[in-house]
Amino acid sequence: MTSPQIEIQLIAVVVAIACAIPGVFLVLRKMALISDAISHSILPGIVIGFFITHDLNSPLLILLAALTGVITVILVEAIQKTGLVKEDTAIGLVFPVLFSIGVIMIAKNANDVHLDVDAVLLGELAFAPFDRLMMFGADVGPKSLWVMGVILIVIVLLLIMFYKELKVSTFDIGLSSALGFSPVILHYGLMSISSITVVGAFDAVGAILVVAFMIAPAATAYLLTSDLKKMLWLSICFGVISAISGYWLAHLLDASISGSMTTVLGILFLGTYLFAPNKGYFSVLYRHRQQRIEVSLLAFLLHLNNHTEENERHVNHLNEHINWQKVQSKTVLELAQKNNMIIINDDIVSLTEKGEDFTKLAIEYIITNKDDKIEHMKDDFFLFRG
Amino acid sequence: MTISEYFELLFTDYTLGTITLGTAVLGAICGMLGSFAVLRKQSLLGDAISHAALPGIAIAFLITGTKDTNILLLGALVSGLIGTFWIRGMTHKTHLKSDTALGLVLSLFFGFGMLLLTFIQKQPNANQAGLDKYLFGQAATLVKSDVELMIIVTGICLFVLLLFWKEFKILLFDADYTKTLGFNTKFIDILITFFIVLAIVLGLQTVGVVLMSAMLLAPAAAARQWTNKLSVMIFLAAIIGAFAGVFGTAISASQNNLSTGPVIVLVAAVFVAFSFVFSPSRGLLFRQIRFLKNRRDLELKKTLQFMYGIAKTHENISHPHAIRILNNFHGFTRKTLQKLEHNGWIEVSNQQWSLTNEGFIEAENLYNQLLEND
Repeated sequence: MTSPQIEIQLIAVVVAIACAIPGVFLVLRKMALISDAISHSILPGIVIGFFITHDLNSPLLILLAALTGVITVILVEAIQKTGLVKEDTAIGLVFPVLFSIGVIMIAKNANDVHLDVDAVLLGELAFAPFDRLMMFGADVGPKSLWVMGVILIVIVLLLIMFYKELKVSTFDIGLSSALGFSPVILHYGLMSISSITVVGAFDAVGAILVVAFMIAPAATAYLLTSDLKKMLWLSICFGVISAISGYWLAHLLDASISGSMTTVLGILFLGTYLFAPNKGYFSVLYRHRQQRIEVSLLAFLLHLNNHTEENERHVNHLNEHINWQKVQSKTVLELAQKNNMIIINDDIVSLTEKGEDFTKLAIEYIITNKDDKIEHMKDDFFLFRG
Repeated sequence: MTISEYFELLFTDYTLGTITLGTAVLGAICGMLGSFAVLRKQSLLGDAISHAALPGIAIAFLITGTKDTNILLLGALVSGLIGTFWIRGMTHKTHLKSDTALGLVLSLFFGFGMLLLTFIQKQPNANQAGLDKYLFGQAATLVKSDVELMIIVTGICLFVLLLFWKEFKILLFDADYTKTLGFNTKFIDILITFFIVLAIVLGLQTVGVVLMSAMLLAPAAAARQWTNKLSVMIFLAAIIGAFAGVFGTAISASQNNLSTGPVIVLVAAVFVAFSFVFSPSRGLLFRQIRFLKNRRDLELKKTLQFMYGIAKTHENISHPHAIRILNNFHGFTRKTLQKLEHNGWIEVSNQQWSLTNEGFIEAENLYNQLLEND
């Protein structure tokens, strides 16, 4: 590995971590799309900042652009408060307008501004190592590494300082304001931090892909755990993994670094989405099937309990009566037999003692209608699940 | 360029005419379908889908190697639809919320699209330039066949809209009821989503990935302020969209260095801002006026109630009282007194007021809701 390669990966890792931390809170607070809006609407701020400073990495530009991000949030909330449109419509109106203003500002001053909309939206990590920071006449490393490094340190410090406040206000706004933490201050604090992160990261990975770095690791982690601390660590891990492997994928394909980092994030998310235990697509599908069979079993047992006459309990009659498909009735019957709920003698189905106990409890459950009871009942009675 | 010159150019200049027609048609179809997106609270779907269409364009190019607009748009449509259904799957099957799902599809698909685009650019194929026009949109690249395609799609869309009008409408306002009536809600839902995606994909070439969401939302959000009727809203949205397209094209054509997409979006935003402020029933201005009027009215009634409280302790209800004794009371101004007198509820003469009979009855029944009020 050459030194620029190491530097690029270092920048990518720092950006990934700096994005992942606020991203977790954005996802949990259902404000993921605000980050998308911010990432677009910082454009006019960047353009104005660029007029003044002529340097994409100057702190003033970052502050100005971050301010536009916060203004976006305020505007969205103001429009939403009028009640004329819903929140999502407000978001969808505000950011394209600000973005358009930015594009027009660039177009009108094309001669003075060496700034490209592509550059802002897409970024190019490969050029980052060429913009060096000189300090006391010595080369101390790429500028964007320093900028993102400072932002990351600030984020981590703030996270440690305000961890419990953030946690409380994310999960229970009422409680947090009752305890005296102003949710408004935390909200705007988080928004400012997100804006600053987006602005700091845009010239490395581009404004749109910052969104991926914020949301995707957090969403992937959210599918795997419901513990906030674990979620933070996991999303940082996912960010770092995709940053490094994305870089090498780009190297291999000779394509955009940020694009391939996002692609790796996408693959990670897709894998988790499909295969995550408990919350993944397949396990949800499996659980739905299981529950459907178990509900059928319950209905079947209750039906048996209601009919004492032998002819009502004949297999063929039941098949006709409950109107199930053959496959389904077979699985249900097998499950009931496996769990010792029924015995079949000469095609006559009858409940065992255990089955009777179960139906008694089940009726009670249906009468009281307390959903939490049924799962315990299933745990107590079922040796085999559906 | 003066206005008459512009109009002359509009009909003589082939390019300007095509672009103007194209943006007008695009504005109209976006307004129509955007109304559904706004009312179904799917406003940001447009943003997500327009980004999600990018890998489709790239893959279509990789497979066919041509830059034929129709094939690229077909690819965009397919990948847009995949994105849409993934969003639905995510929100239905996992505990991720719709905002996260939208943001994920938006950024992940776009990132993948960027990977493919940069990959294509490095390929030894001279044909690849110009794919990035889909990023920011270039109305100038519209040709006659593109506009024809737009018109055909708009026609189909209009036909389907009329055909399934009552299904769309009922699903929009009461999905559960629709289901109980026996309609196939899933089919209607997919149909309308399909058309929204189609409109988004059509707009990509003109306004680009980023600004598409505004194109879809702004006309509908503006139209929503003027009416509570779906048919009127869709009609208005189509007209506003078309006007935004025409004005935007005209403004950007009259100046150098102005790309059409952003200007159209800004024009549409002006329409929205105007509607927000000046709409008679929902607008902020009239709402504020109504608010002030109600407050004055309430204070007037409060004054009357206060007078009633004094008057009923006297045998003669019309016994005159000094205006001074109202001084502690906040609701009273010279104007409210005049208004009260105008209504015939009190009489004022030389710094004294007295309640009339009508005023007494009015005050007595002020809180009686059983009486019919004017």
